[in-house]
Parts: sequence; C-alpha cells; structure tokens
Amino acid sequence: MCGLGGFINKDGKKVDGTAITTMGGMMEARYDERGGGFAAYGIYPNHSDQYALHLLFDDERAREATEEYLKDRVNIVKDECIPTASVKEIAPVHVPWRYFIDVPEDFEAVEADFLVDTVMKINGSIPGAFVISSGKNMGVFKATGLPRNVAALFKISDYKAYAWSVHGRFPTNTQGWWGGAHPFNILDWSVVHNGEISSYGTNKRYLEMHGYECKLRTDTEVVAYLFDLLVRKHGLSAEVACSIMSPPFWKNIDRSDKREYYEALRMTYAPAMLNGPFAIIVNNKDSMIAFNDRIKLRPLIAAELGETTFVASEEAAIREIEPELDRVWAPRAGSPVIARLNNAGGK
Amino acid sequence: MKEVVIDSKGIHYKVLNFMIEDAINAGATKIVLENVNGQRFLLDGVNADVELEVHGTAGDDLAAFMNGPRVTVYGNVQDGVGNTMNRGLVVIHGDGRDIVGHSMRGGKIFVKGDVGYRVGIHMKQYEDNYPVVVAGGTAMDFLGEYMAGGVVLILNIGDAPFTGDWVGTGIHGGVIYVRGDVPEFLLGIGAKATDLEASDKKLIKELAEEYGRYFGVDPKPIYESRFTKIVPISHRPYAKMYTDD
Amino acid sequence: MASFPPKFKVLVDKEVCTGCLKCTLQCPFDVHIYDKEGFKASGKDKDERKNFIVRNQENCVACQRCVFTCPVKCIQIEVRPPTYNPHPVWTDAVRRDLKTQSDTGGVLLAAMGNEQPYPSYFDRLVIDACQVTNPSIDPLREPMELRTYLGRKPEKLEFEDNGTSLKTQLAKNLKLETPIMIAHMSYGAISLNAHKSLANAAAEQGTFMGTGEGGLHKDLYHLADSIIVQVASGRFAVHEEYLKTGAAVEIKIGQGAKPGIGGHLPGRKITEPISKTRMIPVGSDALSPAPHHDIYSIEDLSRLIYAIKEATRYKKPVFVKIAAVNNSAPIATGIIRAGADAVVLDGFTAGTGAAPQVIRNNLGIPIEAAIASVDQRLRDEGIRHWGSIIASGSMRSSGDVAKAIALGADAVYIGTASLISLGCTVCKQCFTGKCAWGIATQDPNLTKRLDPEVGARRVSNLIGAWSHELQEILGALGLNSLESLRGNRDRLRGVGLSQTELDVLDVLPAGR
Ligand code: SF4
Ligand code: SF4
Ligand code: SF4
Repeated sequence: MCGLGGFINKDGKKVDGTAITTMGGMMEARYDERGGGFAAYGIYPNHSDQYALHLLFDDERAREATEEYLKDRVNIVKDECIPTASVKEIAPVHVPWRYFIDVPEDFEAVEADFLVDTVMKINGSIPGAFVISSGKNMGVFKATGLPRNVAALFKISDYKAYAWSVHGRFPTNTQGWWGGAHPFNILDWSVVHNGEISSYGTNKRYLEMHGYECKLRTDTEVVAYLFDLLVRKHGLSAEVACSIMSPPFWKNIDRSDKREYYEALRMTYAPAMLNGPFAIIVNNKDSMIAFNDRIKLRPLIAAELGETTFVASEEAAIREIEPELDRVWAPRAGSPVIARLNNAGGK
Repeated sequence: MKEVVIDSKGIHYKVLNFMIEDAINAGATKIVLENVNGQRFLLDGVNADVELEVHGTAGDDLAAFMNGPRVTVYGNVQDGVGNTMNRGLVVIHGDGRDIVGHSMRGGKIFVKGDVGYRVGIHMKQYEDNYPVVVAGGTAMDFLGEYMAGGVVLILNIGDAPFTGDWVGTGIHGGVIYVRGDVPEFLLGIGAKATDLEASDKKLIKELAEEYGRYFGVDPKPIYESRFTKIVPISHRPYAKMYTDD
Repeated sequence: MASFPPKFKVLVDKEVCTGCLKCTLQCPFDVHIYDKEGFKASGKDKDERKNFIVRNQENCVACQRCVFTCPVKCIQIEVRPPTYNPHPVWTDAVRRDLKTQSDTGGVLLAAMGNEQPYPSYFDRLVIDACQVTNPSIDPLREPMELRTYLGRKPEKLEFEDNGTSLKTQLAKNLKLETPIMIAHMSYGAISLNAHKSLANAAAEQGTFMGTGEGGLHKDLYHLADSIIVQVASGRFAVHEEYLKTGAAVEIKIGQGAKPGIGGHLPGRKITEPISKTRMIPVGSDALSPAPHHDIYSIEDLSRLIYAIKEATRYKKPVFVKIAAVNNSAPIATGIIRAGADAVVLDGFTAGTGAAPQVIRNNLGIPIEAAIASVDQRLRDEGIRHWGSIIASGSMRSSGDVAKAIALGADAVYIGTASLISLGCTVCKQCFTGKCAWGIATQDPNLTKRLDPEVGARRVSNLIGAWSHELQEILGALGLNSLESLRGNRDRLRGVGLSQTELDVLDVLPAGR
C-alpha cells in the first residue's frame, strides 16, 4: 500500500517542487516513513545534453571506486554532492552525489545500451555505490523517510521541473533502504508504483534474458526495465507497452475485431504481463503514463487543468494543489492515461 | 435543530472525526463540513440521528459501518463509500469511485454521476433490511460482484452504451437494473438478464423519483425507458464445482 | 508352477455369493474358474453352484474388476502378508524378481511408471500464497485465464501504420484453453475405445491428445484439430495425410519410462483395425527401433523437423520429445535451435505400457530438475521464446501441474492420470494385453467394457476439475493469468531439499 502522484505540463512550463510535496503529503494515510521519493524532469537545463547520474554512496571508498570506474568509461563533465539540508527525521546514511557525463564517441550509436550497462555494472559490482537515476535533464531524489521529509532533505523546492512524480511507501515485501524507495529509474524512465507485482518472478526472468539485472529485491524495478525494453529497444508505443503489461482479457480479445493483434501481443509478450494489484505512474522526458492492473485493484484518479495532466491515488491529493479542475476522471483499467509534451521529441 | 459548521481545511481526519463526535454529543442535528479534501472515515460507525453536509472531496470509506445518519456530499467521493453500512442515506452530488456500497446491508446511496469498479460488491440483505445503490451515470467493471442481496440501479442518464464488464459476476442474490441494454458478453459468471415485471418497474419508478428529488432531474423519461434486469442464475452457483458437494 | 508365493488373497463371502458366475466371466486373468462339469455331475441344485467356482489366487493382479462387477459385492482382494523371512536388502520384491528371472531367463517386463521409492521433488516444493499485500482473487467469479499457446514466438513485434496493424507474422502455435494435455499413448498399446474417450475429452476441454506412435484411427479424424500426431522411430502410420491432419506433429526421440529403448508391440496385438491404422500386416510384430535411423545427430533431427514442416507447409508446429536425462538442457536447446516449436520433457517416473523393468526403475532424471535446467538454459541463451516446454511424467494432481509451470513449463501431458480416470487401477498388466478395464487391450470382449462416451466424460471431468484447481491456486497467488505463474520460481519454496538441489531448481528454501 502506497500513495503516488504526478503531473506534467504539456507545454513544458516548469514549477518548483512545492506542489508535488503537497500532493505527496495529502496521502500520508497510505504510507509510513520507510521510503519516499521524487522524480523531476527538466531540472538540469545547463546540462541537458549530458546524462545526469544520481548516486547514493555508503562511504568515501565507494565514491572513489565509482569515480575510477566512470573515468575509464565516460567523460565526466562535472560532479558534485547533491545539496541536502539536515533533517532530523532522516539519518544521513548515504552521501548523495551526481555526475554529469558524456558517452565517448565510439559508443554514441549504442549510447543508451552502453549507459544501461554502466548502471548495471556499478550497481552490481561496486559495493556501497548505487545509481538511483541515469537520465538526461532529470533526476530522482529518494530516501528512507516521509516524502515531505525527503523533500526537505533534498531541498526539492529549489528545483524546477515540467514533470514531477512522488511516492510514499509502505514497504511490505522488501526492507526500507534509500535505494529501495520509489521512483525507480533507468535512463529517463522513472516509475512509481502502488501495489504488488505478483508476476515478479516471471517478469524478472524474462528481463534477465534480455540483459537486465534485477538486483533491487523489489518488484517495481521490473516496470522501469520493461518500459525500456519495450519502448526503447523494441520500438513499441507507450500505448502498446501498456496493453502488453496490462492486456485485455481473452474473453474480450476473442470477440474483438483486432483479435489477431491482441493475440499476437499476448502470445509474444506473455512474460511481460504484470499481474497483481497495481497503479503505476511512469515518466520519461516526453510523457507521463499512468495505468492500472487489469481488474483495477489499486486506486488511480486523473485530472486536467489547462495543459497540465495530473494523476494520483486520491482525488484529494490533486485538489489540494488545484481545487478547480477542468476535468476529473477515474481511468478504466486497460485505458492508460498518457500525456505527452506538445513538442515531444524536441528540446 | 442545532447546526454546527466546521471548516475542515487542513484538519487530519482523526481530529475531524473527533470534532464531529463532540458536536453530536453536544446535541447537533446537522453538521456542515466546509473545505473537506480527502478526509477519510467521515461518519464511520456513527449511530445517531444526525445530518452531515460535506463540501469538497470526501475521502475513502465515507459512511463506513454507518447506522442511521443522512449524508450529503457536494463534490466527489473517494473509494469505498458506504462500506458495510447498515442504515442511513448518502447523497453524492458528484461521482462515486470504486466499491461503492461494499458489503452494505441496508440504507441507500444516491450518486449523481458515474461510479467506478465493483460497485455493490457483496451487498447483502437481511430480513427487511436491504441496501440500495443508485447511480445517475454509468458504472465500470464488476458491477454487483458477489452480490447477495439488495438493489443496484444504474440510470445511465448520458445514454452512452453500457460497457461495464463482468456484470454481476458471482451474484447469488439481489438484483441489478441497468437502463438500456447490457449485451450478453458483459454478463459475469452466474448472472443472467431477464425481463422486468410490474414490481420491478414500480421499484425503478420509486427510486428514479427519489433520485430526481435529490438532484433536480425529471424522473419520468428515465423510468419510462427500457431497463435490463440482472439476477442470479442460481443461489448456489458453484454447487457442482466441488467434489464433496 | 511359479516359484514364489502368491501376492494376493481372493476372499469370497460364500454366505453372500449367489453363484451368478459373473466373476468367472469378468476376470481376464483366470482366477475365478467355474467347474461346469463338476457341477453338472454333482446333480446339485443351482444354489450350490457357488461351491463349484475354483479360485487360482496366484493369478490375481488386484485389478479389482471382479470386486466392482460382482453384483452382491462379496469379493475382497487382500495383500498377503510378506511370507519370506524378512531382509532389508533382499526384499520380497527382489527375491520375487530373481526367481521369476530364474524361471524364464528373460528380461523382466514392467508396466506403468518407476516403482522405486525415489523422493519426489514435487512433494518437497510448496507454493506461495498471498496475504494482505496482494488480495487473493476469487477464481470462481473473477476472470482467471489458463489459455496457453505452444510454439515459437517472435522476440518482438513490429507494427505498421503507426502501431495499429501488425507487421510481424507469428509462427503457428497450438492454442490450449488449459495447460493440461493428454499424453501420447498409442492405439495398439491402448484400445480404440480408450483413444476415442481421450480424444473427445481433449476436444471438449479445448486441449490436445497425443496419438502415440500407432497412428490415428479413421474414426478419429474428425477430432484431428484436438490431436497431436506422433512420429516415432518405427514410423508406423506416418503418411502425408496423417501429418497434415493433426494439429501438431511430435517427433518422439525417447520416453521417460525407457530412455534409449525402443518399443515392441507383439504381432498378436496387431489386429485388423490396428494393422490398417499402423499400416503394417496383421499379426506382424511392430518394432520401434531405439533410435530413429535417419537421426544420428542433431542436424539430422533438424532435417526431419524441416521435412515435416515442408510436408505440412509450415502450418503445424513440430514438437520433439525426449526423456529427461542429465544433459537435457543442452539437448533441448539444440532441439529448439534445430527448429522445433516445443520440446517435450518426459520425466523418469513417466508411465509406459511395457518396458524392461531395470530400465524403467533406474534410468533418467526427475522431471522437476529437467524443467528447471532446460528453462534456465534457454533463457541463458536468450531463446526461451523460440520454443515451448511441455513436461510430462507422473503428474498426479493440479498441484504438480502448477509446480511444473512455476518451474518453467508451458504445459503438461498427463498419461497415467487420464487412464485412471478411464478406469485403470494401475494393476501393471498392460503388457499382457488382458486389461480388465478395456484400456490396454485389443480383445473385443474386454474393450467393450469401456464405453467411449462415459470415458470421454470422465476424462473431461478430470481435466476440468484440475483446471478449476489451477484457477484456485492462481487466485491464492493473486494472479489472474497463468502466464504470470510460468517460470515464476519466486512463488515456490523448497522444504527438506539440500542447498545443491535448491540451486538446481533455483528456488529458495521455505521461510526465506
Ligand atoms: S482382482 Fe482382477 S485379477 Fe484378481 S480376481 Fe478379480 S478380476 Fe481377477
Ligand atoms: S460375481 Fe460375486 S456373486 Fe457372482 S459368483 Fe462371483 S462372487 Fe459370487
Ligand atoms: S491400463 Fe489396464 S492393464 Fe494397464 S495398469 Fe491400467 S488397468 Fe491394468
């Protein structure tokens, strides 16, 4: 059980982190202090062409080892401690750090794969170092604590973004550690998730076959990797990816005039189907996607105001930041909410 | 009549519910909550002769276990309105979400607009008590799931084709009425569509009139339209499933 | 005279027996023998007829036929207490075998599956369930999908017209409404009525029946959409029409009960209709060589796979069946790479109509280990989607099926379980051709005991019941589609398994 929320301004207009913090705070009945986090898009305009790696280090040794490793592989344009404030509720067990990097020219053609590989290697083989986000012009901020305290810790209100997501976690299946909080990220995909992915084992083994390593002991990471695989690598649209992960029932496929289409999706991508109760918000640089499990076992509400699309576990979370909305609706299972930047693909 | 007005802005539900309790104990017969936004469990388990007016978005489990009060919401509600409610009335001038009337045993819920998933799930009736859920708009999947008693009435005032899937799946008591057609393939396991009898028409008329009174809608064109009635095929739908039966 | 004591006692309550003689007609093993002459000569009255039935108890195989058919239920079969002086090494069974072999000088023949008390991994695996964090799903009312597709899937799909229409062409798959299929048992080894029952049951449940290597009787061609035709080393019945008729073609390389061993259907079983179906002369022995003599290597297998695909114009998936052995994993990947759409793994407890006992009891490996290693190897090589995994061999319950699927199988075959459903009592006499229940026999007096309509209903009931149980298991796991259980070893836990065994199965111990 968790609370989640997010919004995107389709014109790319940026707002600071106050609103998203309020949104998260409205759902405190849904989670406890064992994991909160934010994803923000558009926060590094001065480094928008570089990959921004957000890392959590356990100690100085881990940082040195990571730096050694990165130096051999990529061009580090800049690196620095991620600014934090001291917050009494959260013990500073990790040092958050960020690197802005360029991928060497030889690897440009396979830049994204190269980066996924780099992230997997750091997370898999450098003890005490953990990459929490790796996209361009975006970042994930997360820790063990209530979202509002995490926001204070990372001074979220200092960042301006056109798309935000928030998550408050009530961990039941995995222990609360900073890296285990949501959002989960790979490249510019960030995922926040409420519920449980009971098909985790099936999904994990499918992803492993495609070179992803699911090391986090948590079910949500498979969603980020599935989006990366389906949309980036297989070139499928977000809509198709959603109908793979949360497909129509056979009963309805059998009487659909697109029977062959859906049959092919389910046959080919059976191991990518997500099962169990979930509401998920996925962001990348161009869009925000929110969808449910097939029988809608977790809540999700969507709303629009002008060019901004909102989603959250509870209507109240949206109303708290925008009391008057153009439209509020409960999306159907199987009908994802997809909001894209009006100039998606561009800068 | 003693009326109490509470500005709920920024008040945690726990505190707010204590304030409501205090007001009732002090003899309030009408309580008006202004600026409600997401507070849960309003009137949860309250057994009193009291009227509640909610302005804003009511949080989850509004009127859960409620036994008697009358609630009017000017706004939408979140999940679980009338959860296991026993008696009373909830009138919502907005939309209802998922599991409206979950396990409700008595009382009435009127929703002006649409309702979400699993509305009326496991509603049941007991002796003269039976629960009623009426929605003016449409409903999503699993309407009246496991329903064991009571009435669910979907007025579908927008006249959109009904698309809620698995209607009445597992139903073994009670009745669902949907204005317009419900195609066979949307019916859940154990549910069947049948013709309306005079008593059904009478009940629909009464409930539509009541709906009309709450929301200022002319009920006549509504109750005079065609309805689909959905009832259980059997009261023991799975008798043959288990070898020991 | 046999050189060991009888195994069973045939007890008849003479008080109750009416002397109706039914048992003398029902027992195919010549246990109840009516002394007609003696009775006539005695001049006694009909009431006394019961005293003229002689019972050759040493012939009894405990098939229970007489017990069920006796109108007054006055027969009881009891196991005789062990009679040899007990010895933990030289058990009764061992002594019995030695004496039988000394009597005949022959290889001991056995029927049904491995009888050695090897531990079962299925019995040491438990299935997870969800509590609170994920609602268990009520399988009776909520949608619960078991549909399964067997065959090759593409790695990814490509679309045209902005993602609205499909560009990728999918290979032909078999569509199963439940992941339980009926194993290959040949017409010849079992009766036409048995074949009819099984085929009709498969059709009714939206699943498939394997023909075995004995071909498909013309009376069953109308059910061919629910039938997988087999091509084995003897190539009986294999002709172009047969290949094109079935929904899929299965090449049998080996079987779990007798890996590396061929088959032998004695000439006396080759009756007129069997001869027609198998396309061999009446009365001639039907010998299946141990190997296919056109397959001595994996590339030869590939040639046969493509020969069949060509003949069937790529409209039929081609499966290849092997016995589960130590290096199943590389073999199975080779099979998939050779072009097969599915590999069938037959575990070491799989049934058979006849196999040398020493082979049946000692060769092969458990199906659980084979599924786990084959599934993992296919994934390691990145080709798990190229072909499906079908598991078979002593699936005793839907619990076994669920565990097989969680380990990585796409579907299972059931053989013995479906025969028990038809009436088989596992009397292990299949190779004698005297099956008292009309299953493993061609004797018209016996085959008529199996009514194909009743048989079809029973087997259909069984598969339907297991399917419901699978839905119950999925519901308890909070899953509403079988594909989310497939290969989901996270939902299994081992109890009483060594770390090495857990590693092989890739499951965690219970409590972790
Ligand atoms: S149990 Fe079978 S073998 Fe034994 S006497 Fe009865 S019919 Fe004959
Ligand atoms: S069938 Fe039963 S009643 Fe008839 S003769 Fe045999 S034992 Fe006696
Ligand atoms: S098939 Fe017939 S002969 Fe074989 S074990 Fe079963 S009952 Fe006995």
